[in-house]
Amino acid sequence: MTDPVLLNSQQMAHFTARGFLRFDAVVPDSINQAFLSEIGAIEEMDEDAGIHAEDAGIHAEHVGIAEHYAHIMASSAIPVVRAGTLLADAYPPGCALGNLMALPEVRGTIESLVGKGCIFDHHFLHVSFPERFYQAVGRRNVSQHTHQDSTIDPRRAFDVQIMYFPHEVTREMGGTRFVPGTHLRVVSEAAISRYQNMLGQQHVVCPAGTLLFMHHGMWHGGGVNLSERMRYMFKIRLCPTVRQTRLWDTSDLPSNHLEQRPIFWFKGQPDPEHIHSTLTKPEPWHEQDTGRLEYLNRIRLWRYLLGDERFDADYWITRVENEPD
Amino acid sequence: MALRQQVLVLYLKSSALDTEVIGWANYDGTGETVHMAGDCDEPPYRTGIGALRDGWRLIQATPLVPHTPGDEFRTSYLKYEFFFEKLVSVSD
Repeated sequence: MTDPVLLNSQQMAHFTARGFLRFDAVVPDSINQAFLSEIGAIEEMDEDAGIHAEDAGIHAEHVGIAEHYAHIMASSAIPVVRAGTLLADAYPPGCALGNLMALPEVRGTIESLVGKGCIFDHHFLHVSFPERFYQAVGRRNVSQHTHQDSTIDPRRAFDVQIMYFPHEVTREMGGTRFVPGTHLRVVSEAAISRYQNMLGQQHVVCPAGTLLFMHHGMWHGGGVNLSERMRYMFKIRLCPTVRQTRLWDTSDLPSNHLEQRPIFWFKGQPDPEHIHSTLTKPEPWHEQDTGRLEYLNRIRLWRYLLGDERFDADYWITRVENEPD
Repeated sequence: MALRQQVLVLYLKSSALDTEVIGWANYDGTGETVHMAGDCDEPPYRTGIGALRDGWRLIQATPLVPHTPGDEFRTSYLKYEFFFEKLVSVSD
């Protein structure tokens, strides 16, 4: 088997600061097609696709959303897996998800974030239905409220959620909406439903085979599907079994990584690729004061990942920890 | 004619109403418009003052609360939330 492609330090710093990594079209089309076939995906409005609702055994226009979900759950080849199972034992070799997990980029990213022996928490196939399904049952077709998954989670350790988009997602299909940099905010799941829109929010528009790796704390929600086609997204949550320290390829960590830079007053512009710059780059939605707290929390997460409490970026933590005897 | 409430929630960059909008939500009691999560990537006003100038009445602002010892650096919900309303006449 090919060696896993581990993340580099800049990618890890990006994940630390913004809470996600995106890999466009990293999954080969052969796996995408196999996955769609295994879930019994229907493309009832796409005459060219050659796959129709009738082929899948149902008339999509005549069944409700709940029935459609029940049909997919009952007939799809997605395995039913107990929470706490080793990821290595979760997916049979040869099935689409087993082949996806075997990709060097996928294995390397998982190993870098949650370690080789990570465990499976849960997975779920999210289906976003077109307007006519809602019309059929007299319901409004709306987006999902903004939320953070699971429940209040104040840990420094983190789980990773993989979002797999097996087909192309256009803007009108309502790909997952998420707000980069919100992952370190400790909130209670749907308590943030009121936040309809935030500056800097992103909507996933992507080619088939795109993967999004997210910190478990990312604020997100499913978009409203205004197209005529079904939208599928498969999510897998993985948990570490080891401390998440230096699991990535650290060979590119610069030798001056622990040194401080001049701050506020300097000649020229700071290097935007410097890890300290990555960890202290603001998001558009940052509040004036708590944006600075985000830097502190990112730096603390980076310390945890490095296993080195000496690290600081632009003196943010050193300043507030300085209490001479 | 009857009165119905339109509600605008703005999240600002600081406690000052003249700072930039970083988040927003709309709820329309007239039923004429429907808003939902992710429906717009541009804020309706640049600052809170912009909403006042457009006739929105401020009805609630989050208070400034001292930080709990030991919890000073934790970030959580958006901090500067302002509720505005408009009262609109509709046909019965």
